[in-house]
Amino acid sequence: MTAIDAQAQIVIVGGGQAGGWVARTLRDQGHAGAIVLVGEEPHPPYERPPLSKGLLLGTAKPESTQLFPGEAWTKLRIDHRAGMRATRIERSAHRVALSDGTLIDYGALVLATGARVRRLPLDGAALPGVHYLRDLADSAAIAADLERPGRLLVIGGGWIGLEVAAAARKRGRDVTLVEAAPRLCNRALPPDLAEHLATIHAAHGVELRLGKTVTRLEGQGRVSRAVFSDGATLDVGAVVIGIGVQPNAELAAEAGLEIDPANGGIVVDDNGRTADPAIFAAGDVASHPNDLVGRRIRLESWENAQNQAIHVAKAIRGTAGGPYAEVPWFWSDQYDVNIQLVGLPQRWDRTATRGDPASGTFLVAYFDGPALVGAAAFNAGRDLRFVRRMMQLRVAVAPERLADPQVKLQDLLKPAH
Amino acid sequence: MTNVTFHRVAEATALGDGEARHVEIGDRQIALFNVGGSFFAIDDVCTHAFALLSDGFVEGDIIECPLHGGKFEIKTGKACAAPCTEDVKTYPVKVESGAVLVGIPAS
Ligand SMILES: Cc1cc2nc3c(=O)[nH]c(=O)nc-3n(C[C@H](O)[C@H](O)[C@H](O)COP(=O)(O)OP(=O)(O)OC[C@H]3O[C@@H](n4cnc5c(N)ncnc54)[C@H](O)[C@@H]3O)c2cc1C
Ligand code: FES
Repeated sequence: MTAIDAQAQIVIVGGGQAGGWVARTLRDQGHAGAIVLVGEEPHPPYERPPLSKGLLLGTAKPESTQLFPGEAWTKLRIDHRAGMRATRIERSAHRVALSDGTLIDYGALVLATGARVRRLPLDGAALPGVHYLRDLADSAAIAADLERPGRLLVIGGGWIGLEVAAAARKRGRDVTLVEAAPRLCNRALPPDLAEHLATIHAAHGVELRLGKTVTRLEGQGRVSRAVFSDGATLDVGAVVIGIGVQPNAELAAEAGLEIDPANGGIVVDDNGRTADPAIFAAGDVASHPNDLVGRRIRLESWENAQNQAIHVAKAIRGTAGGPYAEVPWFWSDQYDVNIQLVGLPQRWDRTATRGDPASGTFLVAYFDGPALVGAAAFNAGRDLRFVRRMMQLRVAVAPERLADPQVKLQDLLKPAH
Repeated sequence: MTNVTFHRVAEATALGDGEARHVEIGDRQIALFNVGGSFFAIDDVCTHAFALLSDGFVEGDIIECPLHGGKFEIKTGKACAAPCTEDVKTYPVKVESGAVLVGIPAS
């Protein structure tokens, strides 16, 4: 594949985790030309996972989320247009228009625009005390409200909602969590594990309302009451809404780039390149083929934002040396429970459980016929790492061997004897 | 390497090839490794978020952080895989009469 000239100006739109890693890797790989990073947020690139964990608990500081702290960032010599939005791509002229009217030329353009929270069209959702969580400012506002008295209502039983609920409980707040689906993490977890997770939250004192919705939020100058679909009402001190995100793909769509109707992401190949050879995408916004999963996917994960971005930068430099293909990996921390997932299993006909769920430390692996298609680990990250390796290398494993605590997982990775 | 005080941290036989151990000297958290029969010491706390490298995975002379998969060269402390970009400190190590000693600079 043709590399982009080392002196060319490269423009990255989106100064999040993916944008930051593209910039850094371009320099690591010897790109000499200018690198312009257009980012709507005022900060240098940072990682979001602590926003719903350490920052709410007070165990991490906002500065610690920075991708390349202090001097490391300056040394990269990035022309960072902070607080600026890219508003239009002119593909034939090879330039991007910014919100202040500036036009910037590009030899290559990387779209790392990520995703934004989905809003809930609800009466009262604009009241003070009602939050969403995507950026540092959101996290700080929620942390401040966790200092106030009154019950926290979390709307949405996905990862973000559950992490916020856990942080609020740890900080001694009463918490109610409402989820429209009959179970938690509906898309990511099978029913038994969703049930296991619900038990953990109930044991920590979260009042769960599953299969219910909030129809209205009320308050004078600040949210103070929620009304539910079943007519119940609840006095609340603050509300956090976490009902998912949608990719920021409009800029690409308006420039005529293909959008994946299945997931809303920008269609790229296994090097992160769009049909326009000068335009790439990476991170939450990119819909990419993944041979190990066997289909086109768009991920919303820390690891993909990092590694796909690194890959795209290498593809631009002509040093990628192969397609981007990793087994998707995701984690979440709630209370003292570390949950890790690999793969994106859609169907399976067998499972293997290693460890005892009642002990809190266990792993469930999913098999579709003979193929290992995914696993979920509760406080069993070490085991999960081996399972992931098996998937990456497509090593054949028997479910009963995987479930056998006497069998070392390292040994299953060795070629059959 | 002037003003280095060596502290005895383990028996040389206590740590097999490819193994890691957490040791504390004063308020320093240190990871001690046996790589191919030689001992190396680096700061145990990952420079990314918070995890102990001695809980991680040794592959040859590379240690992989157990939390997010960042990697460091055990012999040099150099960060060599994302998300880690800041190196970890290294400490001199010597083996005397069957004991492993780690050198801490006097401050
Ligand atoms: C609270 C929280 C907790 C998380 N926890 C985990 C976790 O535990 N584990 C895990 O695997 N993942 C987690 N994630 C997901 C992970 O953080 C994301 O997948 C990752 O941030 C995606 O990176 P990105 O760079 O693609 O997009 P983003 O981080 O969304 O960055 C995109 C950036 O582009 C900017 N932008 C968008 N459009 C424009 C434009 N037109 N012009 C200029 N700038 C623009 C945006 O303002 C934003 O700053 C979490 C996410 C959140 C919000
Ligand atoms: S804490 Fe070590 S890689 Fe994140």
